[in-house]
Amino acid sequence: MSENKNSIVIVGATSAMAEHCARLWVAGQAIDLTLLGRNRAKTEAVAADLRVRSPQSTIRVMEANFGDPRQIRAAVDGIVAGGLPTAVLIAHGSLPDQQTCQDDLAMAAEAMYVNGISPALFAEAFAGHMQRANRGTLTIIGSVAGERGRKSNYVYGAAKGLVTRYAEGLQHRLAGTGVKVVLVKPGPTATPMTAHLPQRGMAGVESVAAQIVAATAKGQPVLYTPGKWALIMLVIANLPRAIFNRMDI
Amino acid sequence: MAVVMVSSWGRLGQWEHELRPLADRMQLSRALQGAGPGLAHGMGRSYGDVCLNPGGVLWRTTGLDRFISFDQDSGLLRCEAGVLLRDIQRLAIPRGWMLPVTPGTQLVTVGGAIANDVHGKNHHALGSFGDQVRRIELLRTDGSHLMCGPAENPGWFAATVGGLGLTGVIGSADIQLRPVAGPWLETETLPYTSLDEFFQLADASEAAWEHTVSWIDCLSGRGRGIFLRANHCAIEGPVAPAVRPRTMPFTPPVSLVNKLSLAPFNFAYFNLQKSRTGMGVAHYESYFYPLDKLHEWNRMYGPKGFYQYQSVVPRAAGRAAVQAMLEAISDSGEGSFLAVLKTFGEREALGMLSFPQPGVTLALDFPNRGESTLRLFERLDAIVAEAGGRIYMAKDARMPRALFEAGYPRLAEFLHYRDPGISSAMSRRLMGN
Repeated sequence: MSENKNSIVIVGATSAMAEHCARLWVAGQAIDLTLLGRNRAKTEAVAADLRVRSPQSTIRVMEANFGDPRQIRAAVDGIVAGGLPTAVLIAHGSLPDQQTCQDDLAMAAEAMYVNGISPALFAEAFAGHMQRANRGTLTIIGSVAGERGRKSNYVYGAAKGLVTRYAEGLQHRLAGTGVKVVLVKPGPTATPMTAHLPQRGMAGVESVAAQIVAATAKGQPVLYTPGKWALIMLVIANLPRAIFNRMDI
Repeated sequence: MAVVMVSSWGRLGQWEHELRPLADRMQLSRALQGAGPGLAHGMGRSYGDVCLNPGGVLWRTTGLDRFISFDQDSGLLRCEAGVLLRDIQRLAIPRGWMLPVTPGTQLVTVGGAIANDVHGKNHHALGSFGDQVRRIELLRTDGSHLMCGPAENPGWFAATVGGLGLTGVIGSADIQLRPVAGPWLETETLPYTSLDEFFQLADASEAAWEHTVSWIDCLSGRGRGIFLRANHCAIEGPVAPAVRPRTMPFTPPVSLVNKLSLAPFNFAYFNLQKSRTGMGVAHYESYFYPLDKLHEWNRMYGPKGFYQYQSVVPRAAGRAAVQAMLEAISDSGEGSFLAVLKTFGEREALGMLSFPQPGVTLALDFPNRGESTLRLFERLDAIVAEAGGRIYMAKDARMPRALFEAGYPRLAEFLHYRDPGISSAMSRRLMGN
């Protein structure tokens, strides 16, 4: 990677949140961007869009199997061999149907892997490189769903809870170093992942992405986006069980 | 799949739909299979039922929002169908290019702009949106897909431009942008006090002014209004205004546009604009898209929603027809705040069901007051029919089938191109299925 451009890596670059972050990053200045995706054709479509938006940026596409720890390690090592990025955004995930996961344990296992373990392993792999270099920002997308298990989506919530604990652990380990770990907890956001749900009350993906980009620049440890979710989750997480269990959420 | 209540811009009601997102251009054919009759739905900015499919599937196209390529030398843009006109403008204008034709909101998708063959204030100079499209990628629900354009499958192209989304789902499009010097327009504001004066201004402005439009005070009964004309210009200096859009925060229990408010609204608006008479400079966003500054302004009309009635009548009958419509409105006690009067140029649109035709178009917003509002529309329909005009389907929620068939003589030709896997509330209302 060239030394004079900011270099950013996005894992799960076809997620709508990641894609909108990428649009903001290339809009700000010409950057060196690596997009890592599970599906090359889909990731190439994202890259083509970004090249139209920023012909001066360098945009690279890589494909990897996100379900295989060895491939995760190899992909991360391969990227870092070309130069340590200034920032990494780990953004992949998929919203599973709770009922399907209850009926089919294989679906539950896959949902927990893709939303929890896989992002944590990517974070672990990048964190080692960043710690050795004593620099870099690692931004990980968690979710407000990870704060307290709810009947409507606890499989997804459990996986995102894992991401939260993992990010906290990394923050503890890397405290006092030059490495920053940013944990993002978006509320419900209007993206293709949620497009089949009622849209009222959902945040716009553009404003969520803008907050993620700003938090990454600052190295802010925790970002609730939109901000009101910090308060909402404070209440929900502390509701007495007797009240919580009567709620249909 | 969750069932979600969806309404259109007029908010006349809300209906159950199954929402299916389209986000992956490579997988579109597969996504359209086995849905039962579905309909592509972008930003939902059409006013009536053209974007609705109650009880059926809506394919949400807003995730198909990627640029594919842009040629800086020729200005040819290829993009997915869910890209917003806003994003094209913001990409292109700093590079010296711009959408040649744009409607009164930039918060619409390319697919919606094609399917409704939208027009702008420069129809006499550049035609409608479809005239700027060089190629459309059309996906059919039987799994096939085809490319169409002015020279390639021209029948499919003419059916799809203005085709209300009924010929297939638009996956991507090539749009020819036009060169511009920057984001600024030089404008002139001229009050007029009669319809004759309006037509004189419109005719006198056609040659030298690219954009012409007027706001008409339909309560005054005399056809008084404000004529606005503008040209793109190359000025340096002004800094783009930092406008932070506001959102109408709630739906008031009754329409804020009502008998009590309309007369003072229109009086104040006329006099405010009149005070701005003369030359000025405007940023394209505030000139083309003034209402985009207030998100969800449609809530202003309260829980019952509102209708927009937009017609075009041929020029020969135009003066008398517009006068008759203004009188009918004045008699009815219904009133319209956002009344727009504009002439179209002498050119036929290329789409089989495109709205623009040579003549004069009048667009009126009415709060939904039930039967009395609908009775007024029947009177307006009779005037439009007699004048040989037509109603704009992007705005319509209620026109009778006979008026539709009379206004759109190429309907029979169009029907050959329909996709049997696609249906809308409007197609069922006006075409039987």
